[in-house]
Amino acid sequence: MAQHTRTVPAGTPTNVTQKHNRGGIGESTLRPDGILKVTGEFAYSSDMWHEDMLWGQTLRSTVAHAEIASIDISEALAMPGVYSVLTYDDLPAEMKNYGLEIRDTPVLANGRVRHHGEPVALVAADHPETARRAAAKIRIDYRELPVVTDEASALAEGAPLIHEGRDDHHAGHVPHPNIVHRQPIVRGNVEEARTRADVIVEGEYTFGMQDQAFLGPESGLAVPAEDGGVDLYVATQWLHSDLRQIAPVLGLPEEKVRMTLSGVGGAFGGREDISMQIHACLLALATNKPVKIVYNRFESFFGHVHRHPAKLHYEHGATKDGKLTHMKCRIVLDGGAYASASPAVVGNASSLSVGPYVLDDVDIEAIALYTNNPPCGAMRGFGAVQACFAYEAQMDKLAAKLGMDPVEFRRLNAMEMGTIMPTGQVVDSPAPVAELLRRVKARPLPPERQWETAGEGADVRALPGGLSNTTHGEGVVRGVGYAVGIKNVGFSEGFDDYSTARVRLEVINGEPVAMVHTAMAEVGQGGVTVHAQIARTELGVTQVTIHPADTRVGSAGSTSASRQTYMTGGAVKNTCEAVREAVLEIGRRKNGSYHPAWATAALLLEGGKVVTDGGEVLADIAEVLEGEDAIDLELEFRHRPTVPFDLKTGQGNGHVQYSFAAHRAVVEVDTELGLVKVVELATAQDVGKALNMLSVVGQIQGGTIQGLGVAIMEEIIVDPKTAKVRNPSFTDYLIPTILDTPTIPVDVLELADPNAPYGLRGMGEAPTLSSTPAVLAAIRQATGLELNKTPIRPEALTGTL
Amino acid sequence: MDFLRPASWEEALAAKAEFPTAVPIAGGTDVMVEINFDHRRPEYLLDLNRIALLREWEVAEDVVRLGASVTYTQIMENLRTELPGLALASHTVASPQIRNRGGVGGNLGCASPAGDSHPALLAAGAEVEVESVRGSRLIPIDEFYTGVKRNALAADELIKTVRIKKADGPQQYSKVGSRNAMVIAVCAFGLALHPETRSVRTGIGSAAPTPIRAKTAEEFLNAALDEGGFWESGKVITPSIAKQFGDLASGAANPIDDVRGTAKYRRHAVGIMARRQLVWTWEQYRGSGNGRSLEGAA
Repeated sequence: MAQHTRTVPAGTPTNVTQKHNRGGIGESTLRPDGILKVTGEFAYSSDMWHEDMLWGQTLRSTVAHAEIASIDISEALAMPGVYSVLTYDDLPAEMKNYGLEIRDTPVLANGRVRHHGEPVALVAADHPETARRAAAKIRIDYRELPVVTDEASALAEGAPLIHEGRDDHHAGHVPHPNIVHRQPIVRGNVEEARTRADVIVEGEYTFGMQDQAFLGPESGLAVPAEDGGVDLYVATQWLHSDLRQIAPVLGLPEEKVRMTLSGVGGAFGGREDISMQIHACLLALATNKPVKIVYNRFESFFGHVHRHPAKLHYEHGATKDGKLTHMKCRIVLDGGAYASASPAVVGNASSLSVGPYVLDDVDIEAIALYTNNPPCGAMRGFGAVQACFAYEAQMDKLAAKLGMDPVEFRRLNAMEMGTIMPTGQVVDSPAPVAELLRRVKARPLPPERQWETAGEGADVRALPGGLSNTTHGEGVVRGVGYAVGIKNVGFSEGFDDYSTARVRLEVINGEPVAMVHTAMAEVGQGGVTVHAQIARTELGVTQVTIHPADTRVGSAGSTSASRQTYMTGGAVKNTCEAVREAVLEIGRRKNGSYHPAWATAALLLEGGKVVTDGGEVLADIAEVLEGEDAIDLELEFRHRPTVPFDLKTGQGNGHVQYSFAAHRAVVEVDTELGLVKVVELATAQDVGKALNMLSVVGQIQGGTIQGLGVAIMEEIIVDPKTAKVRNPSFTDYLIPTILDTPTIPVDVLELADPNAPYGLRGMGEAPTLSSTPAVLAAIRQATGLELNKTPIRPEALTGTL
Repeated sequence: MDFLRPASWEEALAAKAEFPTAVPIAGGTDVMVEINFDHRRPEYLLDLNRIALLREWEVAEDVVRLGASVTYTQIMENLRTELPGLALASHTVASPQIRNRGGVGGNLGCASPAGDSHPALLAAGAEVEVESVRGSRLIPIDEFYTGVKRNALAADELIKTVRIKKADGPQQYSKVGSRNAMVIAVCAFGLALHPETRSVRTGIGSAAPTPIRAKTAEEFLNAALDEGGFWESGKVITPSIAKQFGDLASGAANPIDDVRGTAKYRRHAVGIMARRQLVWTWEQYRGSGNGRSLEGAA
């Protein structure tokens, strides 16, 4: 086969340069890719194209649990235009599995499928339609096995084991092989504390399976290289984590798998796991041609993990003057067929299960199950979301039982700086929980009967049902509800969660220009905006170029856990400081003898100049660097270390930082039809320091809406008899539209965390936590119903289940 | 898949006669989804977009002749007075982008029980003008829906226009979905008062194998209005009449449990919508003195 010289595919990112005379941290500079995205010109990963490329197609299992008796690919292979058909037997390396924490996921099914939609075979063809038709001609003989779908069936005597012969690092301590990980946390003495309680409330809560529902489906392009390696262009959340999983199953050293981030259309956790990356590489290496894979919406629902559905049992006690006495809880997360991020989700769910409250006597257990349901893993809020939904319902129940105002009750028990978490970790930076609640409560409420227009009739858009015209006010009752939550920031439990940044400073056309190069996945969070802001602030330049993210620079860690501004932003700051020091060193060498301030004053780079902290200009940066090589440094940055939670007591300084948000939801409920209109979701959040207020408010509003979605509509419905997904489409998996989106007034606090760069607090996830329980609380107030399951369906409000 | 692009209506009829399995496509808002998801692989697509007459409408003395491809947006913008129920139904169709492409012809051609326009057509009273090389005929809307996603068209026939009675009284339309826009119907209901004939008509969507009328509810209401002299006096409808009308409409539904909702909920919701719409339309009839103000309330 002829060897082609391959070029970079069309549609891969290029350097982006923005010039701002100001535009340092704290300013709301605009996204460099914002206009392109709004006008439809931005190239997403699905837009990439390479001359001579083939299209890959995945064949997925149509059943949830089965042995594969046989696979016949002959008919597919015989189709004109088909270049390759691959199954498990074709995998080239000893390593055939991948996985984020536990390598339990086969690249292609090995004689057995464990969930609906598991990849079984791959096709590469010269046209996507040919590839699809060929995949449909692969004959698979499934021998169906009984399905495990919940705790009872997973732990029943004689239950089928989802993974036999486990030897992962959790296998030794779990009570049953169908439990991925178990984390108890015990602190104080619950039984003794229980005797002090004047009231005790219990509740059993169910959280449905939410999907990230990012708009750009999984896609990427693998290009085989002349050295036997592969160049992979892909939309992901963490290039280096992918790389660590991809290289071994290809049988290649990591340096022969070169990855570049292509345009990402949203992530929310759903791109932490591998989807089409390995498949595209395998097909590209097998055919020696570039291979592109793009999932359609249907396949996307099977192509990534979802948020863990959960059952949560809680008991809380309180004294009659409103002080919490104790808490017991048991959280059962359904991890589905493969581990994905389940162990870390267990760690979060357990350690954050008390919420942002002072509770010294607790008995906590969280587990994640292996079942034949779709695999679940990372999603915005990561274990803290499910717990918040339950503990906030408990707070309302306690307040009601005590006859107290729900906000006053929460404020009485709110944690603050100095509070000890159930893990024994001291909260050592601001935790303004009571203040956040006070702020959302103090806001004026939207007017009653806000749908009434000055003229005549009702504005149906302001009513439940919206344009569907189901009510003009009949049956509509208002409810108001409150919630507050706590989320950890960064990777916890002893993980070495570093970020790397490369910064280059040089003089171009007489002007100092900075280039920032990281492997950070820009998934929409705005990292590319704040990196440029940080470089301007630290280096005093106006022009900053953001280099495309790739694996030629060290890992930036994951774009998740609210960590990127803290971690890769911190890394950019850290490297910029080193670059600044190098500039000053050159300046001292060249000019030190002309002015004593070079030696004695604290020096900064501002407005293209070296200045003293007193404001005296010593030199132009361009002058200092004249005749010098570019300063080009790549450095790693680490947050303070954490430790794993003790496997028996759950004790340990496991978290880096905490993040807090509160919501007040105002809803109108059509109590006869069971339809809900969320009118307003007021929110208050402490972000430590807003590097870019526009981005911060956007994150808060987006997270708030994602929380609203799982309160009233978003759920992947899995048939409990077959473990098959029933609604893998945007027709039946509903996410909020703009007409479902309420007014979201945002109140941002900036109380610095002394441990963090600029005092900032990771903030992208916290609003997703409290939004859901606030909406639920408001609907409970409007209807008087208990409502222990989210999302709420109209049937639950009308007694028609 | 062959793509037929007739330049005229006559060519379209000839093509449909020659290739009876050809699937007509206009806005493509249903057909393209089915093709994209591989639910359907027609041998031939018959593109109707070059045929201008399908995009035209005509307001005559008693009826509106609505071309099959007139878009929902055009209906909302131009025919609110003549077809208030259908205009309200059009407003609930998907998103603005889809409403700019889709039309009633496609809804009728697919004949899905969840099609948004059906209850409004049933309530207003309509005839579907279909044509083939053999000639044309008018199919009363009551006889049009023959089964789940099946209609009374012969294989060589195409839908040309829908002839909908101009409103002679208030009309209403509601649809239940689990979000406030861009949602497929869990169930829908339409009601039209016809003061000229002293009668009412209804339509139920997504709550039976086909779109249906709630005939016993209509009969009950016709009798109650008549016996009570309501049409003449314009007096307030009694809550017991409204409730019984709702209960009978609910009883007319024959829904299933599916991923979008339970049968029990659908039955319940149809009853609520029917009851509310009776109050809305009747208040409008009373408020106008003689029912001449025909705008939808929303």
